[in-house]
Amino acid sequence: MTNITAIFKKEFRSYFNSPIAYIFITFFLGISAWLFFRSFFFANQAEMRGFFGLMPWIFLFFIPAVTMKLWAEEKKLGTVEILMTLPIQDYEVIIGKFLASLALLTVTVLLSLVLPLSVMYLGDPDGGTLITGYLGLLLMGAAYISIGLFTSTLTENQIIAFIFGITVCFVLLIIGEDIVLFNTPNWLYPIFSYLGLGAHYSSILRGVLDSRDIIYYLSLIGFFLYLSTLSVESRKWR
Amino acid sequence: MIEVRELTKSYGTTIAVDQVSFDAHAGEVLGFLGPNGAGKTTTMRILTCYLSADAGSATVAGYDVFEESVEVRKQIGYLPESAPLYADMGVIEYLNFMTQVRHLPKSQRKERTRAVIEICGLEDVIQKDIGELSKGYRQRVGLAQSLIHDPPILILDEPTSGLDPSQIIEIRNLIKNIGQEKLVLFSTHILPEVSATCSRVLIIHNGKIVANGTPEELSSQEKGEEIVHISIRGSQEAIESELNELEFVSQWSYVDTDDGIVGYQIHAAQDSDAAEALFHVVVKNGWSLTELRQESVDLEDVFLNLTDKEQV
Repeated sequence: MTNITAIFKKEFRSYFNSPIAYIFITFFLGISAWLFFRSFFFANQAEMRGFFGLMPWIFLFFIPAVTMKLWAEEKKLGTVEILMTLPIQDYEVIIGKFLASLALLTVTVLLSLVLPLSVMYLGDPDGGTLITGYLGLLLMGAAYISIGLFTSTLTENQIIAFIFGITVCFVLLIIGEDIVLFNTPNWLYPIFSYLGLGAHYSSILRGVLDSRDIIYYLSLIGFFLYLSTLSVESRKWR
Repeated sequence: MIEVRELTKSYGTTIAVDQVSFDAHAGEVLGFLGPNGAGKTTTMRILTCYLSADAGSATVAGYDVFEESVEVRKQIGYLPESAPLYADMGVIEYLNFMTQVRHLPKSQRKERTRAVIEICGLEDVIQKDIGELSKGYRQRVGLAQSLIHDPPILILDEPTSGLDPSQIIEIRNLIKNIGQEKLVLFSTHILPEVSATCSRVLIIHNGKIVANGTPEELSSQEKGEEIVHISIRGSQEAIESELNELEFVSQWSYVDTDDGIVGYQIHAAQDSDAAEALFHVVVKNGWSLTELRQESVDLEDVFLNLTDKEQV
């Protein structure tokens, strides 16, 4: 646990030591405010469906940008050689890094709470859907982070990690969409519709907190963290 | 403390380390000498558990590097080549991080950080970010991180590369000091470094260990014969027929003629005092001697000899 904490602290601070965290927070808040108030004033409704609905697409670009450096940079700089010769297990490093990105995301998402709070002040939105909506947002973000972390372990080039991360997230996001499912062979249909990230997210958005959706997200995260650990260990395979 | 047996590692079809075996003990400074790409770094990476070998075994302080890698890593302080560090971290922040991941008890963290700062001469830069530091200071921060948990074994990959002469001397003295009680294993491709610091040398070439011994042992091994360079003013024919007569001369070669002075390189039997004997020969024949020089055999020759052999 000390190891995970130490890695977590180092990574989290490194986000704030570099401009990444500030750029991420500013852009995210700016874009979400724009999306939010656009629908808010035009539709004249005190609700956040527009905001939550677009988040999977905004995260698609933001989160791989936050995770791309996690491993690729260490490889590029060679610091991975010191890191992996410390008396730490590989999975501890992976979890520490995952939690650091998740913490940055949580901070950012919490800051965007200003929007619903202003809605609360002006109208009377459904508090329940708001809470599940934010929970869904974090779960989906965490899943994206685990994917981005995995693609970052595959290369020492951050751009490749970024683009590959977007690709994997994108594929997972759309395979559950109706237009894709419509053209899927029957035997693949249940698999695709279960694996699709979007479907699980929208059911949480409706205010339904189904344990199946939570289990889906947690296993997706676990799976990609496991893959990342394997990928990091692969240097020692013989 | 380190036992390596028939360690082999290849990348694709290139064999980087080929059946390397050696032992190393506390109180030794062991120098890994070899041309670039000889397999020094790969060997070190296997010992530090960064990579694993294809075959063979290695134990560090009694722990197997493949089976008990976390225990092994606790025993080792490692500075990889060119000191890769996090540029966006402050010097203190970085050392602090190291005390955490090295599991130093909270009570010792400050004390150890202060100690390595003093040992490595980092007092002037503790306020700075690592990214702002010069190459020499970065190297020292790298060294400080490898020393922070006071490890019994120190593995340094080219610790003096990129440093200026006075820094090199500082680092060498540091290595010598540490090596009095601990085991220091360091690699270099700079020859004088080895004779200046090491108590034992391993010469690696094409992944194989081609020599293993103290610098003195290795130089004396090579001293199978004496080599003398001589320049004489006299008739070339007469000199050459005289050289053929001499018993102690095993081989001679003509070098050049300059203004009536003929130069030769003469290989003579070991301990034959060839220079003195040649002097008497010159006097006896009434020639005049313009140059007589005994060529010294040092580590450089050993190294060149051992590493050139296979290419020829």
